[in-house]
Amino acid sequence: MAEALELRRSRETKRRRITLMVALSLVFLVVLVVFAAFGTAITPNDHEEQRLFISDTPPSAEFWAGTDQLGRDIFSRTIIGARPALVGAVAVSVGAFTIATVLGLVSGYLGGAVDAGVMRWADLMLALPGLLIAIVVVGVFGGGFWVAVLVLILLFAAPDTRIVRSAVLEQRPLPYIEAARTLGVSKPRVMFGHVLPNILPIIFAYVVLDFAFALVALAGLSFLGLGIEPGAADWGRMLAENKGILFTNPWAAVLPALLIILTAASMNLVGDWMYDRFSLRQ
Amino acid sequence: MARYVAGRLLIAVPLLIVITFAVFALIHLAPGTPERALLGARQSSPETIAAIREKWNLDEPFLFQYVLWLKAVVTGDIGRSIQSGEAVTAAIGRRIGLTIFLGLYATLIALVVGIPLGMWAALRRGSRTDRAVVGVSVLGVSAPTFAVGLLLLYVFGVVLDWFPTFGSGEGFWNRAYHLTLPALALALALLALIVKITRAAMIDELDKDYVAFARSRGLSRRRIMSRYVLRNSLIPVVTVTGLIVVGLFGGAVLIEVTFGLPGLGTLLVDSVLTRDIPVVQALVLLTAIFVIVVNLGLDVLYTVIDPRIRFGSAES
Repeated sequence: MAEALELRRSRETKRRRITLMVALSLVFLVVLVVFAAFGTAITPNDHEEQRLFISDTPPSAEFWAGTDQLGRDIFSRTIIGARPALVGAVAVSVGAFTIATVLGLVSGYLGGAVDAGVMRWADLMLALPGLLIAIVVVGVFGGGFWVAVLVLILLFAAPDTRIVRSAVLEQRPLPYIEAARTLGVSKPRVMFGHVLPNILPIIFAYVVLDFAFALVALAGLSFLGLGIEPGAADWGRMLAENKGILFTNPWAAVLPALLIILTAASMNLVGDWMYDRFSLRQ
Repeated sequence: MARYVAGRLLIAVPLLIVITFAVFALIHLAPGTPERALLGARQSSPETIAAIREKWNLDEPFLFQYVLWLKAVVTGDIGRSIQSGEAVTAAIGRRIGLTIFLGLYATLIALVVGIPLGMWAALRRGSRTDRAVVGVSVLGVSAPTFAVGLLLLYVFGVVLDWFPTFGSGEGFWNRAYHLTLPALALALALLALIVKITRAAMIDELDKDYVAFARSRGLSRRRIMSRYVLRNSLIPVVTVTGLIVVGLFGGAVLIEVTFGLPGLGTLLVDSVLTRDIPVVQALVLLTAIFVIVVNLGLDVLYTVIDPRIRFGSAES
């Protein structure tokens, strides 16, 4: 028995300990947050200034990642691009989980017909090819950053609802719920005052895991010309606009591509680590 | 089995009605009036507008309009492209081959590389190779197809010049050559997921009593692996493959745009950007039917892999 406990404890500490990869990911994300927060104060050059006489040049001492077809500084534009990337990812995952938390709590706690209805809806949404729906709906409504964010929130809400619901179902049989019910606490208060605080850490971990998917989905829509307006300093847009100059200044497209991949991977690693931490605590 | 399939198809009918209704509603959802959505940016006289309203029955009650539209669709008339004036079915017919080729190629790469890699990692659980495979698959799951596609295009197309950076090729082998980079980019996310699932399923199976029993009876390792363990671990892999084949459609759109390939994905994006509503409607309808057929096909496949799963209880 003591041995088993010992084994468990060592496993827990091992899993909770922060690994080098997670630490690097965290540092990388913090740098991005600084980019997003201070933007133009950090960039070496004005990211919008057009210098048509030096358009489409490879990296130089003045322009570290070269210039695009309009002579705009790629390095500065990539820094500015951190803002729509992070703001979009956070808006989509927080928005989706806000809806999912309400639906998941009600569905998981009340059960019955409400639960069945919500779950059929979630099943239907999961069976649909999400990205295609997003392309069509965003396109039909004329595109734009916030239209894309809104549509993605609605698409992400379904799988997130299932996650919250299963977390609620784990809490339901626990003694504190029964205690609260015996004391005559109202249903909404049990749900939002008692169950919710107990599942918040795990929801938080899932929100971080969702960041990566939201980032990639939004960048994809922008890449197709359906998200942020054309010409904006956004990684997805930069990829689309600069893939034609791959032979003259590859960095114009490769740098934003690398940043999308690295950011998504960092968010996933940090999310996984947080998930391990918080699921052990319960 | 025929009865089961017929039953499933019957269940698909209400689903199709819901989907077709949503597709039909696209005309009315688009900003502006329906005739504007159908005319696009073209100049129009009152006569053309009247003709459009007549043709699409826009003066009829809404539900009746839907029934008339559905009737036309069933007879194969989904309308003409606003941009080119071409029948939508012809535009789709010309491009569908490339998208199917790309999708099958990517699925093939993912399965042929992913399943053995997952098995290999499971058999060496905890080793350095195992951790490397798991680490790379985390990266693969989060990497967006279009960014990966662009990097592949740069490294293997521009720097190394091994693959063409343009065009979709003529004939089977030339086409396969042209589509290798796009298919690789498309396969990566799928591959990572298949590795993850195969590995987890194999590890689960290897710990079961029947494996220890088979070993103690002296069955060869090869027989245990191929006849029992692999077969039992394939169920979750099949489930994921189904989900992903559907998701692959979304990825194909991004990849076709990245590599400038004239498939259904570029057709969808072009028609969405130009508000070519009849083409968008047709493509959404086609995808919906495809999704339903794939899911049905998978349920049949489960019973072939694992005879314990009976028809009708396949969702468990």
